[in-house]
Amino acid sequence: MTASLAALSPVGHRVAPTLSASVSASETASRELVGVRGVTKTFGAGVSSFNALEGVSVSIKRNEFFTLLGPSGCGKTTLLRLLAGFDQPTSGQILLDGDDIAGLPPNKRPVNTVFQSYALFPHLTVEQNVEFGLVQQGVQREARQRTVERMLQLVRLDHIAKRKPNQLSGGQQQRVALARALAPQPRILLLDEPLSALDFKLRRGMQVELERIQRETGISFVLVTHDQEEALSMSDRIAVMDAGRILQVGNSTEIYERPNCRFVADFIGEANLFPGSAVGWVSPYVAVRPERVVLAIHKQSMPISLPGTVKEISYLGATTAFTIELTDGSVVKSQRNDAPQGLDSGSTVWCSVHPEHIIELEG
Amino acid sequence: MMLAPAQNLSQRQRRRALALVAPALLMIGVFMLVPMGIAMVYSFLTPDSFGGVAPPVTVESYIRFFFDRDLDDTLRFDPTYLQIFWRSIFQAVLTTLACIVIAVPFAWYMATRGETTRKILVLLVSIPFWTNMLVRTYCWVLLLRDEGLINMGLQAVGITQQPITFLYSDAAILIGLIYASLPFMILPVYGTLEKVDFRVVEAAFDLYASRISILRKVIFPLAMPGIAAGTLLVFIPTLGAFLQPDILGGGKKLMIGSLIQQQFTSSRDWAFGSALAVILMAAVLASLIWAALKRERMEQLG
Repeated sequence: MTASLAALSPVGHRVAPTLSASVSASETASRELVGVRGVTKTFGAGVSSFNALEGVSVSIKRNEFFTLLGPSGCGKTTLLRLLAGFDQPTSGQILLDGDDIAGLPPNKRPVNTVFQSYALFPHLTVEQNVEFGLVQQGVQREARQRTVERMLQLVRLDHIAKRKPNQLSGGQQQRVALARALAPQPRILLLDEPLSALDFKLRRGMQVELERIQRETGISFVLVTHDQEEALSMSDRIAVMDAGRILQVGNSTEIYERPNCRFVADFIGEANLFPGSAVGWVSPYVAVRPERVVLAIHKQSMPISLPGTVKEISYLGATTAFTIELTDGSVVKSQRNDAPQGLDSGSTVWCSVHPEHIIELEG
Repeated sequence: MMLAPAQNLSQRQRRRALALVAPALLMIGVFMLVPMGIAMVYSFLTPDSFGGVAPPVTVESYIRFFFDRDLDDTLRFDPTYLQIFWRSIFQAVLTTLACIVIAVPFAWYMATRGETTRKILVLLVSIPFWTNMLVRTYCWVLLLRDEGLINMGLQAVGITQQPITFLYSDAAILIGLIYASLPFMILPVYGTLEKVDFRVVEAAFDLYASRISILRKVIFPLAMPGIAAGTLLVFIPTLGAFLQPDILGGGKKLMIGSLIQQQFTSSRDWAFGSALAVILMAAVLASLIWAALKRERMEQLG
């Protein structure tokens, strides 16, 4: 139903992003905005060449907060640079609204970037920084001033419009970079580890801000990060990447509750990994989250209940983390708040898991 | 009562600060103010018959700069020296502009290379300093003369049949001046651009700027402090240059530097030479103050 509505609506094809969030999410969300189709990016040549991306395909929807998550060197920044136009794919297509934009330079794409180091123009004021893209687009002076004012209000910096970047704190610079990239109203906003330079508290605040701004502008955000907590808390959908490939795409719950491989299970949160055969399972590997490992003094009536010795205990406030060595020598982590009282290093405990908490992994 | 100790302290601090800047002040005093003072004093004296200066005190040297004294002792306005001044300023402006045009892209290229390449390029730019300027200027004679390398090359390739006369022209002087000044523009501009985060260029490119806009709106303003420093380092020495006009220009057209040099050597008129130097200094100082004021006003406006 929603798909047919979007197809019928004349505005559904080219919805201008607005600040009033008037874009109906249900009308457009089903439509693909960006299509990455079998993209490979090779750096270098001959023996020293290496593939930063290998046959990556992913689809980013309208009005979506999409995150590329992975360790450094996984290819997430390369993919972002391909979307921005700073690099060209070696093979494959990048579609925006169905048109291949792989050959377009950055200044011809309705895509803007928030850089990791912010890259503000040091010789321009906050206002002039935000105005830059609009000037280059040839927007009239009055319209420009209105947009700049609105953008600075959006990021709550209207009181320091006349300052230069070197007079701002890291968090303020971050907001200017955001306002500057949003001002030309791009179809997609790319964010390259935008919060990594901020301290913990500021980062939390900015995460909430980013979510708010994404909702208010209705622009699709593509965030690159190596911080899984950040990814889980902010994103509509996450693509987990490793070694130039996308391993899994899904929303936060899917990625955390149902990882499809050892890498995702281990990278997102903590996981106890076993070969399937070790716990009598058919899949090649299984994972169990530490908060799903129940500790007890006696054997439990669960299909999996194994004895072990407590090696380490760390009290974390809300929960306590245990490291337990099973009789076969493998190590299990448990993190709960209902462990038996009086456990100590060297105590014998039974580690038990409900079958529905066993995550089957294919590889 | 309460203020007294604080005042003492600040006075002591002031004395200490004065002691700390004293060496710098002494250097400026001995090596800048004293020579300038001597030139100033000489310019108001009369040349004596042995090539030095002697009383009486007179403004004759300054009058000579603007006027010609007829046989009947009447003063007639004579623009000869002013024309020499004007020619020199024109040459210096051209040289400075040419240096900016060449140096900014060059310095940008240098600043965006890897660290090793950057070090090699800085070394290459500074290598000419290892050889005496006189020798290097004569090398340009060897290159530019009718039987020189450039003409031989052009004829060997068949582009020209007859040698082109490059030497002893304004163009030859200009080439020599640009060649001599270029490192003084490249190095400060490079020093400024080296500190620039290259990502601002990507940011501008991302924000719909064309390549020309990036150069005009981002790279050029960021290079501005270096260009300003380079302009001082190029413009002032070029204004007083005499090697290139003499050797490459054949001394046919007098430049202010050659004129002053002549007064102290062949003409043995130290008073007039000093007066010329003082006028030149005043002109440079005035233009610097004007530029500084203009810049201040520009900054206030926007």
